[in-house]
Amino acid sequence: MSQPLSVRVQAEDFDITLLQEQLLQGEAAEGAVATFTGYVRNNNENRNVHSLELEHYPGMTERSIQQILAQSAQRWPVMAAAVVHRVGKLKPGEQIVWVGVSSSHREAAFAACEFIMDYLKTRAPFWKKELSPEGEQWLDARTSDGERASRWEHD
Amino acid sequence: MLRVLFFGRFREELDCAELNLVFSENYTNLQGLQDALIAERGGQWLEVLAQENVIRAVNQEVATQNVALFDGDEIAFFPPVTGG
Repeated sequence: MSQPLSVRVQAEDFDITLLQEQLLQGEAAEGAVATFTGYVRNNNENRNVHSLELEHYPGMTERSIQQILAQSAQRWPVMAAAVVHRVGKLKPGEQIVWVGVSSSHREAAFAACEFIMDYLKTRAPFWKKELSPEGEQWLDARTSDGERASRWEHD
Repeated sequence: MLRVLFFGRFREELDCAELNLVFSENYTNLQGLQDALIAERGGQWLEVLAQENVIRAVNQEVATQNVALFDGDEIAFFPPVTGG
């Protein structure tokens, strides 16, 4: 059985209502959809963020997210899963990432959605450069993100 | 040829997004390629590629250990990822 697993990396903004509708198969078999939307924050480590510039590795980024979705579908009874991630220049308040998972029941939807986001953070090749009054700087990976992702390896 | 790509902070620090190298005996494995880039180019290349946190990918899969390289491979060097 193969579930629809969709990955999009794009500069354009996205419509979360439309994305959630597209996740449904149209036969009313889903009992739950869990979604996550990430936004650009106006403050990071006490710096006023003017904008973020997101870079990715075309090809590998899409492929690595596809692998993460496939892993989630092996682990939980996922009916469909999708990720949209933006690249390029983004301002505070803008949507940056969306994850959606449908399933028969909430438990799998919640868990798979969190798993996908934790793995995306630590495995998908994206890099953020921040522009603030202190200048430009590439952000460093957070240890806490690595710890969150590694929780899934022990379960 | 080997296609060698650099991303994020590495791309900026090396002022290089991509190298196309003629496949040679210096480049028959990943560690050999990394060492050769450092030895042949020095300076900033040593600073960047000799760091601890260098992620390496071969044909768009992360390589945690040394692996053999073949003519036509695509290799990438990048810092830990910060998406999401």
